[in-house]
Amino acid sequence: MSPSKSPLIAVVDYGLGNLRSVSKALELTGAEVIVSSKPKDLLSASGVVFPGVGAFYRGMENLRERKLNSALFKIIKEGKPFLGICLGLQLLFTFSWEHGDTKGLDIIEGRVKRFEGNVKVPHMGWNQVKQTQDSSPKTKDLFQGIPDNSYFYFVHSYFVVPKDKSLIAATTEYGGEFTSCVCKENIFGVQFHPEKSGPLGLQILKNFIDIINDSQT
Amino acid sequence: MFSKRIIPCLDVKDGRVVKGINFVNLRDAGSPTEQAKVYSNENADELVFLDITASSDHRKTMLEVVKATAEQVFIPFTVGGGIRNIEDIRTLLHAGADKVSINTAAVENPKLVKDASWEFGSQCIVVAIDAKRKKSVTSNQNPEWEVYTYGGRKPTGIDVVEWAREVESLGAGEILLTSMDRDGTKEGYDLELTRSVSEAVNIPVIASGGVGKLEHLYDGLTLGKADAVLAASIFHYGEYSIKQTKQYLKDKGIPIRL
Repeated sequence: MSPSKSPLIAVVDYGLGNLRSVSKALELTGAEVIVSSKPKDLLSASGVVFPGVGAFYRGMENLRERKLNSALFKIIKEGKPFLGICLGLQLLFTFSWEHGDTKGLDIIEGRVKRFEGNVKVPHMGWNQVKQTQDSSPKTKDLFQGIPDNSYFYFVHSYFVVPKDKSLIAATTEYGGEFTSCVCKENIFGVQFHPEKSGPLGLQILKNFIDIINDSQT
Repeated sequence: MFSKRIIPCLDVKDGRVVKGINFVNLRDAGSPTEQAKVYSNENADELVFLDITASSDHRKTMLEVVKATAEQVFIPFTVGGGIRNIEDIRTLLHAGADKVSINTAAVENPKLVKDASWEFGSQCIVVAIDAKRKKSVTSNQNPEWEVYTYGGRKPTGIDVVEWAREVESLGAGEILLTSMDRDGTKEGYDLELTRSVSEAVNIPVIASGGVGKLEHLYDGLTLGKADAVLAASIFHYGEYSIKQTKQYLKDKGIPIRL
């Protein structure tokens, strides 16, 4: 068991989406939260949550305007527990096919592509998350106490395709299988919204807090 | 499996729920946030707040409701009613609403849908359409519906199916489709309307207006091809709980999150 303390989590504010729910959910599940767009606040926290909804190119533009890229690279390099949510997951990838090719942060090698075929887009609603069976111990920590194939809330038109398939921690079916969670060392990314997925979503956030606490002991 | 959504709708006036639920053990039965918590605990998939406050002076009250709800209810919720411009949308989203629903303002200024979806992303821009059957269409023709604005008071001459296609191309992420002919009748959704719109667009369609019993929800999701079903009074007056509703639909083979 991890010690019952409240780690400081920085929620990256880069002007996309409302951060009220995610910051409140983190507080409820046991963290102290600072919502900030200042590199020094992000660097001084014990863990970082990188949320966001909306357009990829807009996300990259906003990060550049706020000069956040180098802070994010530094956090990742230091191995600080990092959780990307929705667009926050997608921006970690090499590039997106949204509006032509848009370069991403390239922290995880791979691309971001749009749903095609006979499904409605956006993928909006509750869908099942199938946990990868032979996943890393870190992935198991993130899904601690979450039954396999549980429902989480999604709202997105694009999904990530990691080059290294071993990083896929969970998948979801929507006109085919797509990656709904990746895990690479201390970098976690979920395509669904834990802050909007009821008690199981809050459990994911609580598990992330436990991962932060464990990383500090 | 991707589940169909069950969405209770709460009418809010001056920050208070208008149609009350007979929930026991609620500290404040008129509080939209308290009722939202009850629905969330029962596994409602989403919530819609419809602000029917007449005076714009009191709209600040709705913002307080949105803020409190975003801090206490961890499922998605949409806010509609009286939204006129980009600033109204920004204010609601920043207060914590996940989506906003635009109706009259979208018809009067379609560019608003485009600008808003560009600015905030399609996923948070819902266009609400109030539809009424055209009487001029004879029974051996396919039915047609007309878009109404101002809470159903003003006919616009716009065809509903065409308007649905247009808002999709403008960037709307979802359509909340209400049949004015059925609203309040408890006779069930206008299934022809729902199916016509759902087949015409590639964005999710929420059926609304006319639910009196659980079978109507089933019909809306199957015959009507809706992606989500919205109801107000059957939940408010405690006729059916969300849990009971979802179990019923699941037993009938609909993909549902229990």
